[in-house]
Amino acid sequence: MTQAERLYYRDDPDEMLLRPLDGLTLIYHRPSGITHIVDSPVPEILAALSHEPLPARLLLESLSADYDLEGEGEALDNLAAHLEELCALGLARAR
Amino acid sequence: MRHHLLLAIGPARFRIGSAWRGPIDALRRLYAAYPQSSQDDAVADFTVRLEPAGIGRRWWRPSVRIAGDHHLPDAVPMALRHGLLAAEMGMNLQMALGWRRHLLIHASSVEKDGKVLVMAGESGSGKSTLAALLGERGWRLMGDEFALLDFATGAIHPFPRLVSLKNQAIDVMRREVDDAARFGPLMAATPKGDIAHLIPAAEAVSRMSEAAPPALLLFPRYGHAPDIRAVGEGEAFMHLTQASTNYVACGEAAFTALHRFVTTVPSIALDFSSGDEADRMIGRLWREYAG
Repeated sequence: MTQAERLYYRDDPDEMLLRPLDGLTLIYHRPSGITHIVDSPVPEILAALSHEPLPARLLLESLSADYDLEGEGEALDNLAAHLEELCALGLARAR
Repeated sequence: MRHHLLLAIGPARFRIGSAWRGPIDALRRLYAAYPQSSQDDAVADFTVRLEPAGIGRRWWRPSVRIAGDHHLPDAVPMALRHGLLAAEMGMNLQMALGWRRHLLIHASSVEKDGKVLVMAGESGSGKSTLAALLGERGWRLMGDEFALLDFATGAIHPFPRLVSLKNQAIDVMRREVDDAARFGPLMAATPKGDIAHLIPAAEAVSRMSEAAPPALLLFPRYGHAPDIRAVGEGEAFMHLTQASTNYVACGEAAFTALHRFVTTVPSIALDFSSGDEADRMIGRLWREYAG
């Protein structure tokens, strides 16, 4: 499967506790007990993810409706990279 | 064990046993104002044992191994003449590894006007000496080593064990406290340098069950030109998770309590070059942020 075909989703919206912190966002990930300190656009990406698996392209469309994103090709690459990082941290899932 | 003592410090109760009389006698004297018991059936949160490091080591070049409910397997035995330090280290170790009732922050704390000043920093930052100094200058010493953050209320609970003075801090406090009876024996050339313990002022002990809300968090740094700088909430949060020995173990309750702490308590980095200078700077900051 190519990266373009990968579908991203979140299992349970309650598995994370998000708190604003001085322009950053704190995330407490309940299943692992790990705390993450993240900056934009990670909280926005997490908010766009749901239990419905979606490709990065459709997630980008959803984010573009709310945020001013420059350069579609570059934005898609950046989003895909963030999604893969979130999967590696256990904060998102892919199939 | 042959010699033992049950001792209450703040909310924690320790049973300290020793193969030798000396460390227990020293603890009994230095902690004379604290609740104590020699009853075998008294209940303790933690047990600390000072054991001979090997066969025959009770008499021949006696060496103390620190044991207890929680222990570090690689800890090196200490000389018996440093037995009091071994007992104190053993108690700290039990708290650091085993306490779950509060978020345990490696920080000193003092109270004035019903509000708490918390000072966090690396070893050598001056946080312990500053707390000891302020504890003689109108503040109530709450602890020189651990600040206990209440998960439910956000208050700081006292843990006013003996103040552990290291190297130059010993002379600083000898000049400040004109009462030789409040000092423990000088233990020279320990693994932590020269150490002497100071018995906290009477009020610190008599009010050791009184918690209070935090009003200011300082990150002191000794040995630098005087300076103050605001510390962001994110930076403070990161430092405090690193300064807590039970943050991970306490899970979501710790996350929520620490987030509340850093978003409601102002954080300042304070560089200073002497105790008197820090005292004046802290006085100004306290009026500004907690007055």
